[in-house]
Amino acid sequence: MAVIEARGLRKIYGTTVALDGVDLKVEPGRILGLIGPNGAGKTTALNAMLGLIPYTGELRILGHDPWQERARLMRDVSFIADVAVLPRWIKVSQALDYVAGVHPHFDRSKAEGLLQRTTVGRERRVGELSKGMVAQLHLALIMAIDARLLMLDEPTLGLDILFRKQFYDSLLTDYCDGTRTIVISTHQVEEVQHVLTDVMFIDRGRIVFQCSMEDVESRYREVAVHPEQLGTARSLKPISERQGIGRNVMLFDGIERARLAPLGEVRTPGIADLFIAIVGGRQGGVQ
Amino acid sequence: MNAPASLPVPARQFSPWRQFCWSVRREIWENRSAYLVPLAVGGLIVIATAIGVMNPSPRSNVAPFEMVAQNHGIETPFIFASLLLMFSTMVVSVFYSIDALYGERRDRSVLFWKSMPVSDTVTVLSKLTIPMLVLPLITFVVTVATQLVMLLIGMMGSGSGLWAHLGIGKMWWGELFHLVALHGIWWAPFWGWFLLASAWSRRAPLLWAILPPLAISFAEKIAFGTSHFAAWLSFRFVGGMEGPPPANPMSTAMLMQQSPAGFFLNPHLWTGLAMCAVFLALAVRMRRERGPA
Repeated sequence: MAVIEARGLRKIYGTTVALDGVDLKVEPGRILGLIGPNGAGKTTALNAMLGLIPYTGELRILGHDPWQERARLMRDVSFIADVAVLPRWIKVSQALDYVAGVHPHFDRSKAEGLLQRTTVGRERRVGELSKGMVAQLHLALIMAIDARLLMLDEPTLGLDILFRKQFYDSLLTDYCDGTRTIVISTHQVEEVQHVLTDVMFIDRGRIVFQCSMEDVESRYREVAVHPEQLGTARSLKPISERQGIGRNVMLFDGIERARLAPLGEVRTPGIADLFIAIVGGRQGGVQ
Repeated sequence: MNAPASLPVPARQFSPWRQFCWSVRREIWENRSAYLVPLAVGGLIVIATAIGVMNPSPRSNVAPFEMVAQNHGIETPFIFASLLLMFSTMVVSVFYSIDALYGERRDRSVLFWKSMPVSDTVTVLSKLTIPMLVLPLITFVVTVATQLVMLLIGMMGSGSGLWAHLGIGKMWWGELFHLVALHGIWWAPFWGWFLLASAWSRRAPLLWAILPPLAISFAEKIAFGTSHFAAWLSFRFVGGMEGPPPANPMSTAMLMQQSPAGFFLNPHLWTGLAMCAVFLALAVRMRRERGPA
């Protein structure tokens, strides 16, 4: 059974189409990056999957309809909506007590262990903690829940670079076990790239690209083209071309390494460059 | 491909009752005014009583313990204290229930609460329990403690006769009945309405709670020159305790104009509870549909 299955998922706010017929299937154990510019519909898509907003179309999370069965689903799905959603008045010890009280899949000793590695004091209130410490607390609570699906919506927004790195390292080493599925929405592509198994670009409510990371590596190549090879390179129809330092950098889809090697240095493109090539191209070169 | 993932997770689950109890605890953690306000008012009453006993004046309302002999008005300071405590609790209850479902959206913490497997129904019911049961019981306990200290202070001033003449058991029963029956159960439609206004409002829940009833009253007055709606509201506010007016307003009799049997047999009590149920059902719906403010 797929963890997430959506067909023709639509959400309209007034006259704004936030999700315009999204089809999506995520298998167990994948770590999917949902990448898109601000306002592309990432949060709307996640909120629909979490049962926080109504939608039209078909959507099944672990076989359940999230809008009808949010409470039931939350036993197996956890999410961090935003770093700033832990209530400011709650004490760290109270947060542990409460989650242990209401969540049947919460392992309190695991949360305590994760918190031990941080400087978050047990008797502090969330309002007294720094932004990074609140994120550590929230991550400790969520990672101690034995869930099958974890959704993270811009989880590191506003955190400094050290915390961001720790956040993803912790997620990989303490949470991922090959069977849990994770969906991470972000517009900061670079820092999640090494974590993902799959990537999906969303733009103006539509999924414009989806691919596993292995396929990205085998299909897409970026070439810093020698000036004298420009003509030959362009005849191979690069999907994008940009100015690098002293070289034109072209991105090719499905052209073998052997044919590209004579044109210049070949490498695997970063997700950010791929994103700009695909989404930027769709936007008619506005960016 | 991943065999373990496709195996069903053992269906561990907690009963809604357990989640409800934790949700009520959570409300008390968040709203410390639920016990701090009654404690502060009780403390003030005790201090005022002590000062009153030390400086007896013939016109003093707080220390008429010298009336012991007449056995008349002896309850007055005690009832006055309990009314003060009840009033402060009512204020706390109103502000609590108007903020209960709005505040969590305003500070976006609703996104954390909704990431827990607790249903909207359990959450809304736990929030209703605070004004309907928790605050009346806290107030009762603080009232009893306050009155015990007042009694001790009074006995130091007037001797043990006070204890003999004051029907304290009857008074406490009257206070408990008044708090649970009137503040909790009879006012249930108000608590339900406030929770609905709280769940509904995108901003200014206080206005949503208060303006619609006011607007209906004014519209009726202007259109028909009548005030049935206002009369109905006022009945919903004080009607449950109506009975023959007691001779002394500051007495246990005032708290128990209605017998428990009469109170529970009153059909208006049950129509009020039905109204409360409708408001709550709508509040549950609104909590599900409204995102963070």
